[in-house]
Amino acid sequence: MNVATGEEGGTQRRPLGLRMAILIPYLWLAIFLLLPFLIVLKISLSQYADQQPPYVPELDLGAGIAALKEFFAALSLDNYVTLFTDSLYYWSYLRSLEIATVSTLILLLAGYPVAYAMARAPRRLQGVLLMLIILPFFTSFLIRVYAWISILQHDGLLNQILLALGILRTPATWISTDTAVYIGIVYSYFPFMVLPLYATLEKQDATLGEAAADLGCPPWKTFWLVTVPLSRPGVVAGSLLCFIPIVGEYVIPDLLGGSETQMIGQTLWNEFFHNIDWPIASAMAMVLLCLLVGPIVLFQHAESRRGHLMT
Amino acid sequence: MQDNRLGAFTLSALALGLAFLYVPIVILIVYSFNASRLVTVWGGWSTHWYGELLADGAMREAALVTLRIGVASASGATILGTAAAVALVRAGRFRGRLLFSGLVYAPLVMPEVITGLSLLLMFVAVGIDRGFWTVTLAHTTVTMCVVAVIVQSRLVSFDRNLEEAALDLGCPPARTFLTVTLPLIWPAVAAGWMLAFTLSLDDLVIASFTTSPGAMTLPIRIYAEVHRGVNPEINAVCTIFIAIIASIVVAVSVLGKRLNARAA
Repeated sequence: MNVATGEEGGTQRRPLGLRMAILIPYLWLAIFLLLPFLIVLKISLSQYADQQPPYVPELDLGAGIAALKEFFAALSLDNYVTLFTDSLYYWSYLRSLEIATVSTLILLLAGYPVAYAMARAPRRLQGVLLMLIILPFFTSFLIRVYAWISILQHDGLLNQILLALGILRTPATWISTDTAVYIGIVYSYFPFMVLPLYATLEKQDATLGEAAADLGCPPWKTFWLVTVPLSRPGVVAGSLLCFIPIVGEYVIPDLLGGSETQMIGQTLWNEFFHNIDWPIASAMAMVLLCLLVGPIVLFQHAESRRGHLMT
Repeated sequence: MQDNRLGAFTLSALALGLAFLYVPIVILIVYSFNASRLVTVWGGWSTHWYGELLADGAMREAALVTLRIGVASASGATILGTAAAVALVRAGRFRGRLLFSGLVYAPLVMPEVITGLSLLLMFVAVGIDRGFWTVTLAHTTVTMCVVAVIVQSRLVSFDRNLEEAALDLGCPPARTFLTVTLPLIWPAVAAGWMLAFTLSLDDLVIASFTTSPGAMTLPIRIYAEVHRGVNPEINAVCTIFIAIIASIVVAVSVLGKRLNARAA
């Protein structure tokens, strides 16, 4: 934990500035994060109605106790029942979890060698390499997904190259497939995986490997028995940093995927923007959050232990 | 864990990794200079699409809105995020600390559709009209958490004795923060601002939920165009976007290195 020791019982003596440093961000997050969340919960229990805003019942705090009772009586779990009985919905949850799990594994397998190589590169090169990994991370998500569209489309560069090399005889379909979604996700989240891995690998003591080598341990075994177990915090942080947002991903499956890659983010987006069914969209958000609450708490725990991220 | 030479494995892992990251971006940039209207057919070099872009008023308007939202939200996020970091590192235990740190870490990984939807529903419930300010508030909320995490890591690693010395000599806490702490953590604060700014420029999902047709941001515009198909003008916008971001990142990192060198 980062809490400095020796500060116990300082509550009364805490200077005004420090109290403000707690109070202002706390209030801000309570208003813009916690309160909206409670509103989503409330609307997820309402029903769709053809009006503005498009749901009933509406909460009117000034209307007295009787009206409040009526309001609570009108709330129902119908939307949640729909989510678990209509295959459109539970199917997209399962698809999202599947896609997120598979792509996190691919990211781990692809990211580990790169992070390991960075940590083993000469010191003076590491700064530049770090910069090169971070730079795309700053470049727009949307732009990076867009870049793949022209590569993967039917008459795109990938097919042109594969045809020219004689690997393919007829152009293959890449865009609007699961493969395209996986490529897009792995590409977009690559830095999120490499950076935490690099951070732990870089701090690893080189003498541990040397000690193992001196004792006659072959390099691959040293890697597997020493390097990998010691890099666990990086593996955990990187995997969670990728897995959680990928489950709710919208842009990548929308632009690169086909009709069978309906992820939960897309279903929610459609319900909200096209069907204007705010209650069902809210219920979907609540269920998604429940699925992710475990991983999020784990992530928060891991991060506050590491005390830093991306540095 | 360093070697003085690059082994074959190290070299190929790095080359493959970097090629994977950069080849698509390079292709995108090259095709923005394509004379042909077809994105997949090379018709020779031309800056035609940049001219076209300059004449596109809607695009320019969107870019301006995006920049204004970016500067406003990043500045707000930097102040709030730095305060949150100070609270997390320096305040010891306080009531509700667990919830507070939960609120700080959650938006880092929370799917954007959830954040966007919940903020929008709140704005509707409270009766605030959507537009420039709602997007700015939404971006401030999400990016302040990023700033908090970055500044926190810097605060943890620095020598507390410097602060203690100032306090022992009778310097009031607020002044100690401004004259001792802030100058020492400012590379992290600057990096936080920059990351908040680029995240705001980049955001499509949260902005789509919280804006109105009157305040279209650049990503929303680009997204609408992309849905109509790939076109070279979009490649040109993206190229300019990448150039701006890349120069900010490089400038800040060079600046940071110089400052660090001077401090050491």
